Amino acid sequence: MSPRRLFAMAFKESLQIWRDPRSLAVALLMPLMQMVLLGYGVSLDIKHVPLCVYDEERSDASRALVTSFLASGWFSAAKMLQSERAVREALDRGECIGAVTIPVDFSRVLASTGRAPVQAVFDATDTNTATIAIGYAKGVIALASADFAARWGAQHGLSAPRVGTIDLEPRVWFNEGLDSRNFIIPGVVAVILALVGAQLTSLTVSREWERGTMEELISTPVKALEVMLGKLAPYFAIGLFDAAFCLLSAVFWFDVPFRGSIATLGLTTGLFTLVVLGIGYLLSVRIKSQLGASQIALLLTMLPTTILSGYAFPIDQMPAAVRAITLFVYARYYVTILRAVFLKGSSLGDLLLPILALAATAAAIVWVAARSFRKRLD
Amino acid sequence: MNREMTGESGEFAVRAEGLCRRFGALQAVRDLSFAVARGEIFGFVGPDGAGKTTIMRMLAGVLLPDKGEIFLEGIDVVAEPERAKPILSYMPQRFGLYEDLTVAENIFFYGELFELPWRVRRARARQLLQAAGLLSFERRLAGQLSGGMKQKLGLVCALLHTPKVLLLDEPTTGVDPLSRRDFWAILYNLRESGVTILFSTAYMDEAERCSRLALMHEGEIRLCDSPARLKAAMPGALLEVVSADPRAAHKALTGAPGVLGLLLMGDRVHVRVDNALRRKGELEARLLGEGVGPAAIQPIEPGIEDVFVALLGQEGAA
Ligand SMILES: Nc1ncnc2c1ncn2[C@@H]1O[C@H](COP(=O)(O)OP(=O)(O)OP(=O)(O)O)[C@@H](O)[C@H]1O
Ligand SMILES: [Mg+2]
Repeated sequence: MSPRRLFAMAFKESLQIWRDPRSLAVALLMPLMQMVLLGYGVSLDIKHVPLCVYDEERSDASRALVTSFLASGWFSAAKMLQSERAVREALDRGECIGAVTIPVDFSRVLASTGRAPVQAVFDATDTNTATIAIGYAKGVIALASADFAARWGAQHGLSAPRVGTIDLEPRVWFNEGLDSRNFIIPGVVAVILALVGAQLTSLTVSREWERGTMEELISTPVKALEVMLGKLAPYFAIGLFDAAFCLLSAVFWFDVPFRGSIATLGLTTGLFTLVVLGIGYLLSVRIKSQLGASQIALLLTMLPTTILSGYAFPIDQMPAAVRAITLFVYARYYVTILRAVFLKGSSLGDLLLPILALAATAAAIVWVAARSFRKRLD
Repeated sequence: MNREMTGESGEFAVRAEGLCRRFGALQAVRDLSFAVARGEIFGFVGPDGAGKTTIMRMLAGVLLPDKGEIFLEGIDVVAEPERAKPILSYMPQRFGLYEDLTVAENIFFYGELFELPWRVRRARARQLLQAAGLLSFERRLAGQLSGGMKQKLGLVCALLHTPKVLLLDEPTTGVDPLSRRDFWAILYNLRESGVTILFSTAYMDEAERCSRLALMHEGEIRLCDSPARLKAAMPGALLEVVSADPRAAHKALTGAPGVLGLLLMGDRVHVRVDNALRRKGELEARLLGEGVGPAAIQPIEPGIEDVFVALLGQEGAA
């Protein structure tokens, strides 16, 4: 190993990245785009759930309730209905995801007892959306009931705290939306790193083959290891920069609480970056075409990271066979670590197992990558 | 300059023995042996697909031969290619430098790969760039250089570390005559410092500049000697026919008695005959008889192209 050759390799590679608009875009713009896309996709996609309303009573009270549904911003009015049957049909036809039925004696019961039932039906074909929509509905009802209760109490000469009939259980549901965001956004960092890292390095060796620069390079005394480390160094720096950007925007933009240590986060992020860079490099060495290598890199990083890492789909809800497969999915460990560091404030010791798994993967991939580059044309 | 092709590996800068390389069903190089003395300029000449690039790659240690051995300055390239790389420079047929790096950055990069002391690199780069006429282009991206300038930059990078063996694969293809002159001036200078140069070319006129030549065809060396001896050894003698209508002359002389071969060269025809003195008059008469008109016929010295055509023509006849 010669430090001079290593540095020369890294310097040359950096210049090439700097002068290649495509690499720059992947390195700098993609994380920004993905963060916006995935970050907002998680928290705001389920805004404006189409809602049908069957208001049997049409009183001031019932209309106020409908208004509070629509004013919440979580629901949008799909249709006003006139019968039970219409409710059923609207749900069947997919005209709305939720339907609220306000009974004909709503305000009378409310006024006399302080408590009135309202029916809400949701289309649970998409379980996720339905669950979250139900959470929203409960939140709306809870707010509305609190409002009613306060007024009803005042009318009946009771002070607010004594109105014990209002069930605050929906509040848990109300938080559900926020909870899932906190749960998912740390994982988004893994998805973005995987995407960007492997994409960048998948081009680095195949580009030299395609442009004909490899033939001259391998006729010099440069060592295979110097080529690999020199090439990976600038991408490692870019990877860490992107990771820092994503992690900071998770905390300061998306308000995900950060309870762990920055050192733990830094160490594990470095390991994960090494894994994805190594995968890209390995593919680039094996597949001597830029297009082929980047396509396969996309497949090998995005698929496991989005589907099998538990970032969006909880691993404990997967079938046993799939769950077993996830044990071999490197991204799973990083997502686990991210979540634990962010939300639970776990320390290095708590995370020993996933960190070891990640480190072992990184070592294995870098080792294989280092061995697979040969200074030969065939 | 004429040396035996056998001997101890020590006195040769490059020695290859029984080299074979196939690609699938195609035997690109078959049972090739040659030796090049230190300080020689050795040329491989042959048509497209003759196997020139394949040889260069094997010599540079980037392509493994199926069989045979190669020694560069006593180093076994097949067994230990990495030991040979510090003493060789290889310039591939296709431009091998980075087009998105400037001239100076390419030079820096290759200088660092060979771990040249910075002072040496700077002095050497300056001197070579000057000789190549590239001094004012240091800040230009290599991709924006002309074809000839690219080849010269390739040579500059190849010579930074003063290799003992220089391997050039068709270095002057697509290079204008002026640049080609710069190029050869640099190469001749090198020879004085004991660098051994092996190059390939499809240009016959360039082949004349070598100390020794290997005429290649279909993966084999057919003849290998100095240009002068190759020419002297060509069977028959050469007559040059200058005619207003060289095509008609070519046609008229085909199959004439004593004619061993014909080669159309621009506005003239090279006719290889068994006896120049005897045939000169016969050919003149034949041209007149065929109605081609008056033609000037005179004996000339053969060029390498004539030798090559004679060699391949004989085989075609045999
Ligand atoms: N990597 C390869 N795979 C398959 N066939 C090859 C490969 N390299 C060379 N060949 C074949 O081997 C033969 C010799 O090729 P080579 O490139 O050595 O010829 P060349 O003399 O350099 O020709 P040119 O003047 O066109 O450069 C050709 O028929 C070529 O098609
Ligand atoms: Mg060639």
